[in-house]
Amino acid sequence: MTKKMKKKRNHMLVGGTIYICAIVFKWCMENNFIIKLPQEIVPRIMLALFLAVYIFIAGDIIKKVIKNFVNEDSIIEMLQKALDENFLMVIATVGAFLIKDYSEAIAVILFYQVGEFFQSYAVDQSRKSIAEAMDIRPEFANVIRNELTVKVMPEEVNIGELIVIKPGERVPLDGIISRGSTTLDTKALTGESMPREVIEGDEIASGCINLSGVIETKVTKVYGESTVTKILKLVEDASSNKAKAENFITKFARIYTPAVVGAAMLLAVIPPIILGGGFREWLYRALTFLVISCPCALVISIPLSFFGGIGGASRKGILIKGSNYLEELAGVSVVVMDKTGTLTKGAFTVTKLVAYGDNSGKMLFEPAELLKYAAYAENYSSHPIASSLREAYYKVSLKNSIEETSISNVKEAAGFGVCASVEGKTILVGNKKWLQENDINLADEKDGRTVKTHITVADYTVGTEVHIAIDNLYVGYILISDEIKSDAIWTVGQLKKMGIITVMLTGDKDEISQEIAKRIGINEVYTELLPEDKVQIIERYINKKKVNERLIFVGDGINDAPVLAGADIGIAMGGLGSDAAIEAADIVIMTDEPSKIVTALNISRKTHAIVKQNIIFALGIKATILILAAFGMANMWSAVFADVGVAFIAILNAMRALRVE
Amino acid sequence: MKKTFILEELDCANCAAKMQEKIKKVKGVNDCSITFMTRKMFLDAEDVQFENIIVEVKKLIKKVEPDVEMIPV
Repeated sequence: MTKKMKKKRNHMLVGGTIYICAIVFKWCMENNFIIKLPQEIVPRIMLALFLAVYIFIAGDIIKKVIKNFVNEDSIIEMLQKALDENFLMVIATVGAFLIKDYSEAIAVILFYQVGEFFQSYAVDQSRKSIAEAMDIRPEFANVIRNELTVKVMPEEVNIGELIVIKPGERVPLDGIISRGSTTLDTKALTGESMPREVIEGDEIASGCINLSGVIETKVTKVYGESTVTKILKLVEDASSNKAKAENFITKFARIYTPAVVGAAMLLAVIPPIILGGGFREWLYRALTFLVISCPCALVISIPLSFFGGIGGASRKGILIKGSNYLEELAGVSVVVMDKTGTLTKGAFTVTKLVAYGDNSGKMLFEPAELLKYAAYAENYSSHPIASSLREAYYKVSLKNSIEETSISNVKEAAGFGVCASVEGKTILVGNKKWLQENDINLADEKDGRTVKTHITVADYTVGTEVHIAIDNLYVGYILISDEIKSDAIWTVGQLKKMGIITVMLTGDKDEISQEIAKRIGINEVYTELLPEDKVQIIERYINKKKVNERLIFVGDGINDAPVLAGADIGIAMGGLGSDAAIEAADIVIMTDEPSKIVTALNISRKTHAIVKQNIIFALGIKATILILAAFGMANMWSAVFADVGVAFIAILNAMRALRVE
Repeated sequence: MKKTFILEELDCANCAAKMQEKIKKVKGVNDCSITFMTRKMFLDAEDVQFENIIVEVKKLIKKVEPDVEMIPV
């Protein structure tokens, strides 16, 4: 609690106590209990007494109001000021004094202050808990200078300097590990709870927490450009992109207060003239109106809900660049996803080995041997297929290196394949065309030769086939597929359950893509596309959908910036370390998991529901009290509840948006 | 020129909205956005009279909420 708030609290406690004393005193006077005074002066003493208590309690508000009026330059500004909630509170309570409701006037102003106090306390707490949730700011860096380790602010470290990160410390700056290995907790950045193993040479992002070993890293980015700064900036600035609901409330607030005040004036003047009856009674009702005229509950709780939602999402590794995107996510009807890198890993994996024997049922080479020769022949190639062959070889053979001495005469034909001599054998590895060009007869592929198949990753039937010939004889092929991400199928299933149409776009071959789409369960597939085709397809979907529906595009942020921009909401995946993705997208998913799309949608729907609840709740209560007050069925007490009590409850409700399962 | 400020002691959301509207109407101000949650104010105003505009903005803020202090980030 701040000093200011403590002061306020003490002031209210004292105020409340003397108020109770005054009531007791009043009762004593009226009933001639202990205190005996002539009855004719009792009202005067009571007025003086309650006025003193009132001034004590409402003093700061009255002061504020007076100061405000003195400060104003023009009459118009003064009139605008007249709609200030403090001023309205003072008018309402002074009015109550004039109609001799002393005790109620004080109670109302006291209750109003207590409510305001709780309200600002709650807002303060929410601000704090959101800030804590997003606090990934490193406090210091241990930099090595002149062979000594010095503790400095992360801002003071330059590129190329070496820093030491001990277990338990936060990585202060982006860098490459130059010594040591450890496990990192990346939860703050990615929402991923599994620690990540890192070794020498790995790039690490600032904001992670070092868990186990001491490491030394070479700084690659200054603090201002490090991951942690970028993320913080992004999330903190997020709320300046305001949601429609927020703008609606701001506009509404501007009309609401003058309207209620106007209604109050009419209520005080017209009914007594037309209907007759007590002026005092109608004035009381009008004053009750004034108490409810502040739109605080809405003005506070709506942005708070969105902010909470953004905070909650960032804890899950989802960065949302504005309340507007969080709001619009709730109306998503079409999710368009890129295939490679989004639904599939974008990395090739050997999924099947097929070896051919001779016609008599004898094998020439075992499937594992095929893999070995292929990996050896492709040893010097940097093509992704080559590296997938090597990786598979290490996995199957349990070896971790290739004996390079046994490889010679390597010739690579880009886009076709490789020819090399391995352990004295001539190995040809590549596509069908490559083998045919080298006079290998592929025709006897199915000529009754024995076939032996070894499946390394289950369930893949399509992919790229890498054919192998050894000493001019065709011996089989290796199937290499792009692996589907483990949560892709679940994600698409969930999206469909939400009634969302799923679309997959890819530049890849039709046969392979159709198969993958079928396995994932995608509704609509477009294959063999050029980047500009993707933009056109997105446009077509956008034109087709209803006005209040939204389309999101999910890509890996590489080469799809125009598509990300073309969609209503662009989501980039695997944002950790990719500046381009963070720039281009409206929402960045820090990990590689498509399931985060579902998480983001859930957060959005929840936030949306909370915002709706708050609007309906606050307006509903206020409208009810206004109507009741107009008919003289609500007193000022309930009006104060409608003002500050509702705000308090709405704030508590808004904070639910921060919590994400 | 574009600049961001922190509004310390800002604790009324409606006031923040009022300030924003008033500041937007100041001559020379191109855009202004106040985020109640982070207490941040983003100001975009003409370079030429930037200092004067800031003085004017400070005055406006004080008028709406006297306790608020405007601090450059």
